[in-house]
Amino acid sequence: MGKLFSKENCEVFSNPLNLNNPIAVQVLGICSALAVTSQLEPAIVMGLSVTVITAFSNVIISLIRKTIPNRIRIIVQLVVVAALVTIVSQVLKAFAYDVSVQLSVYVGLIITNCILMGRLEAFAMMNGPWESFLDGIGNGLGYALILVIVGFVRELLGFGTLLGFTIVPQFCYDNGYMNNGMMTMPAMSLIIVGCVIWAHRSINKEEK
Amino acid sequence: MNALRNYLDKIKPNFEEGGKLHAFQSLFDGLETFAFVPRTTSRVGSVNIHDAVDSKRLISFVIIALLPALFFGMYNVGYQNALAAGQLGQATFWGMFWYGFLAVLPKIIVSYVVGLGIEFTVAQWKHEEIQEGFLASGILIPMIVPVTTPLWMLAIAVAFSVILAKEIFGGTGMNIFNPALVTRAFLFFSYPSVMTGDSTVWVNQQSILGLGFTAPEAYTAATPLGEASADGFAGFDCQTITNAITGLIPGSVGETSVIAIALGALFLLWTGVASWKIMCSVFVGGGLMGWLMQALGLTQIEWWHHFVLGGFAFGAVFMATDPVTAARTECGKYVYGLLIGIVAVMVRVLNPGYPEGMMLAILLMNLFAPTIDYCVVERNISMRMKRATKK
Repeated sequence: MGKLFSKENCEVFSNPLNLNNPIAVQVLGICSALAVTSQLEPAIVMGLSVTVITAFSNVIISLIRKTIPNRIRIIVQLVVVAALVTIVSQVLKAFAYDVSVQLSVYVGLIITNCILMGRLEAFAMMNGPWESFLDGIGNGLGYALILVIVGFVRELLGFGTLLGFTIVPQFCYDNGYMNNGMMTMPAMSLIIVGCVIWAHRSINKEEK
Repeated sequence: MNALRNYLDKIKPNFEEGGKLHAFQSLFDGLETFAFVPRTTSRVGSVNIHDAVDSKRLISFVIIALLPALFFGMYNVGYQNALAAGQLGQATFWGMFWYGFLAVLPKIIVSYVVGLGIEFTVAQWKHEEIQEGFLASGILIPMIVPVTTPLWMLAIAVAFSVILAKEIFGGTGMNIFNPALVTRAFLFFSYPSVMTGDSTVWVNQQSILGLGFTAPEAYTAATPLGEASADGFAGFDCQTITNAITGLIPGSVGETSVIAIALGALFLLWTGVASWKIMCSVFVGGGLMGWLMQALGLTQIEWWHHFVLGGFAFGAVFMATDPVTAARTECGKYVYGLLIGIVAVMVRVLNPGYPEGMMLAILLMNLFAPTIDYCVVERNISMRMKRATKK
């Protein structure tokens, strides 16, 4: 048990959350981060879906890594990811239909998410299943963290709500407050992701 | 002036390193160099060419050039208010002017306080000199928004543009986009209902401090350009065009009067601050495109009507010629200006969502200015290379 949560394994899990965050540091998976973050709920669902898919595809690839011929490894990885994406997409359609409509094609497009292929190629192909699982969870949650921050800011300022509940009180609107329409546009999420990266780098300046 | 100089020299040690007011050193430095040309000269060892006119003096020329349009804009605010209330007969010239003055002044103050506040903070934080670029932007911003824009929106937009369009690129002289136009674009896309349309945004309908009139019922006034866009560009009668030239039409504060803008343009050209190449080619590009659109039957508007409506003239004179964001090669300036004119008229005529295309055209060409310069320089290099290897 001690070995499962050794210091190295903890770092494998915690690094992607902060110091090696897939969005803020590696700048991967930006397209979906811009597309699905106009409200908090789809951002959370998207983050969780990517976490689940990254974790399990990492485990599966890591289990069969020694039997995959090197030349066709990308195809094998894609097949595994595609199967998992299809499962997640069907589950979403069955249990959270509204969100899956909001996410539209972006659930299917998780297949092309750079974070997934990056983790499979760079980590799962040369590490054991448990480390790969931690790495997948860590990277997925690191991605989800940024999505939630961006979705929080955009929904609060763009719609005045959080998870659909009204947050900005009515008397603010009566006194002339207005929701910021630009926050609901994809252009603004690019700017917010930029600001998040800016803040992240100024906080972690010394550690690099 | 001597008394001020002596006073500044006397209090200066307080702001030096170790003085008790060191935290305000950039503020002091900014005010001192604004009042007097700095005494320090370049250090020996590098080659520098100095103009007697430094950039603070240059920017004060821009502000002087903006004054006719600003004062006329204030008068027009009062005029539109009286017109809305149906009290044009009782209104006096000075009454209307002071009403407009009171309506516009808070916007100028907010724009300067927020913008300069951020600049001073950043300068003090980075131990740099205060950069003067915002002196011009700060007065441009209230002139390109409707008079009814709420002050808190203006403050957010100014902060957004100073931080994200200017300071993160390195401050004055490094920005890609014109900060005043970024402010307007932010307002335009964030709060479209108070920035555009035929609602009540263009005319201030409440009296201020007893001046002006309160309109009896909600008075809606569209800008002539907005009306034209709404009814498919049916063309204008003579009266509208005359009013558009003198400037007695609803619109953003400073953009309505072509005559006042022309005075500013003459001053800018006479002092050599703005490039005549950019200014002229914007009008040529807009005219050509306007003529083409009319010839193709897409619009009934005469080609030159585009110049007097909306922000075309204001943008061409004060925005497109911003030396930081415009193309810098002489040949590139023609291309840059032509494309601004062409894109502005295209957006106006072809895109029903945006009655005014000048802001989008200038921002778009700001983005392409470095590319234009690159192409001009590369062409020059290859031409000279050919000439050299021809023999």
